[in-house]
Amino acid sequence: MYFLKRILFFIPLLLVVSFLAFSLVRFVPGGPFDSERRAASPEIERNLKTKYHLDEPILKQYGRFLVDALHGDLGPSLKYRNHTVSEIIVQGLPVSLTLGGMAFCFALGIGIPLGFFSAVNRGGWGDYAGSFLAILVICIPGLVIGPMLIMFFAIKLRVFPVALWGSWMHVVLPTVALGLYFSGTIARLMREGMSTTLHSEFIMTARAKGLSETAVLIKHAFRIAVLPVLSYSGPMLADLLTGSFVVENLFQIPGIGVFMVNSSLNSDYTMVVGLVLLYAVLLLGLNLVVDFAYGLLDPRVRYE
Amino acid sequence: MSEQRHLSPNQRAWRRFRKNRPAMVAAIFLVVFVGLILLWPLLGATNPNAVSDAQFAKPNGQYLFGTDVHGRDLLARICYGARVSLVVGVVGAAVSLVIGVSWGLVAGYVGGRTDAGMMRIVDVLYSMPTVVFVIVLITALNASLAKMQTGPHALSASTVRMLQFTGLFVGLGAVSWLTMARIVRGQVLSLRHRAFVDASRVLGATHTRILLRHILPNIYGIIIVYLTLTIPSIVLYESFLSYLGLGIQPPQASLGSLIASGAEQINAVRIYWWLVVYPGVTLVVTLLALNFVGDGLRDAFDPHGDR
Repeated sequence: MYFLKRILFFIPLLLVVSFLAFSLVRFVPGGPFDSERRAASPEIERNLKTKYHLDEPILKQYGRFLVDALHGDLGPSLKYRNHTVSEIIVQGLPVSLTLGGMAFCFALGIGIPLGFFSAVNRGGWGDYAGSFLAILVICIPGLVIGPMLIMFFAIKLRVFPVALWGSWMHVVLPTVALGLYFSGTIARLMREGMSTTLHSEFIMTARAKGLSETAVLIKHAFRIAVLPVLSYSGPMLADLLTGSFVVENLFQIPGIGVFMVNSSLNSDYTMVVGLVLLYAVLLLGLNLVVDFAYGLLDPRVRYE
Repeated sequence: MSEQRHLSPNQRAWRRFRKNRPAMVAAIFLVVFVGLILLWPLLGATNPNAVSDAQFAKPNGQYLFGTDVHGRDLLARICYGARVSLVVGVVGAAVSLVIGVSWGLVAGYVGGRTDAGMMRIVDVLYSMPTVVFVIVLITALNASLAKMQTGPHALSASTVRMLQFTGLFVGLGAVSWLTMARIVRGQVLSLRHRAFVDASRVLGATHTRILLRHILPNIYGIIIVYLTLTIPSIVLYESFLSYLGLGIQPPQASLGSLIASGAEQINAVRIYWWLVVYPGVTLVVTLLALNFVGDGLRDAFDPHGDR
């Protein structure tokens, strides 16, 4: 029931988000046909505008968009006019999903053990080293680590390809460049969660009844301690899966992160709205999944 | 403690902060770093925009950090760029502070429908990718600036540059106030029915007075903490915008635009590592120090949070 209500709440939210994006891009001076190879004559531009209904009042345009979108048609891209927005998303999304998914696994794979280790060695040297590593990694953006990885591993050592997208070898460097930052955040959340959990009463009970330390940590503490990481995973995945402009651009990867930025830069109205909708749907859906998993992991949580 | 002295919460926080060694080291480092990049021009440094024939010179005695594609001294450019990055971070964070705190104060204090409506707006903005927002804001501003540059009442180049800076601050601040608004609103909600607020209301204080005299001072701590943690994220965001070509415009430089132009020079034949490594390391160290100070402040103001 609770989740049904939340899903129903998505509808007005998505309407507002799409209308906001719809009017926002149109509010910017300049239009999608400004950056054509040759400056379009006024007649051509007027014809183009009429063809794509850009000369109509904005509410009428939005109504038209809604009707089309409900039929699963997000319209043609105004920049790449031979392709529809859906086509471009369908082409780029698998790439961004793969890269984002790999980066997500990388971030969890590094972050969770690191945070766990820090929390268990709380106050000791292991904690200092682990916490320092976590905060250091948060301060290394993809923009810094990406070019360094390319120069060192791809050009100097020639272990990995410099760029492009093909074999699994192509995935390694972008995954690290994209996931490193998030692994630091995960490690910090995990450490916080674990430290708090280890002080709660049910852990004292578990210890008091004579469970081994491993059983206490893994079986009892972990599933509660990982909850902050879980809540953060929703927005993080939405960010990762819709691609990263910097990493995709540095490694020449044909994902949708590049489109997100370029379409906003080129005032490609339909494309921007399509991608914003995609992001919002992903974010809302993932947050829903996260809350559902929350209830499964923590028996104290009840959704009314 | 043997002596029993009454300390205000802020004094106690400051005392705790001083005992936090990593945070103190980071704070001292930041002071020295800022002093260095401010005093740099006075210490007889080279002009960051001076072009020379020494294109892509490796780091050597004359050019400690090497030179770039136009033979400009990278060390001078990094000092200059770090200054720009820090200014952008501080001013951008201040903009986000003003928007976020006022939004949260009003929503939390007024409550009811107003609160619900204002927080729904925050929810909507949260579920939009910030990139789109920033780009739209900044391109809109640049387009209107370009219009002002031509025509009879054309603005001077320096005015346009100032306006571009302002646009960048506003754009960055405008996308990073959401969390601040949520935090402040939560704090205000828990404060507004406390006895001292009711007492003040009974005495006939105006809403403005209650907000500014009684509520705001009680949330200073958390605002300062969150503000210090916003600065590094804005510095980071600016570097991303510079990579898109929307941030600081050449020949001016920020740490982000330096890294971006270094990354452009990557090719399979020669490696100009210094163009990426030096500005990159400067950016990382700066962010690290800012984060350490922010964390130290958080621990100092919230002693129960981490024990």
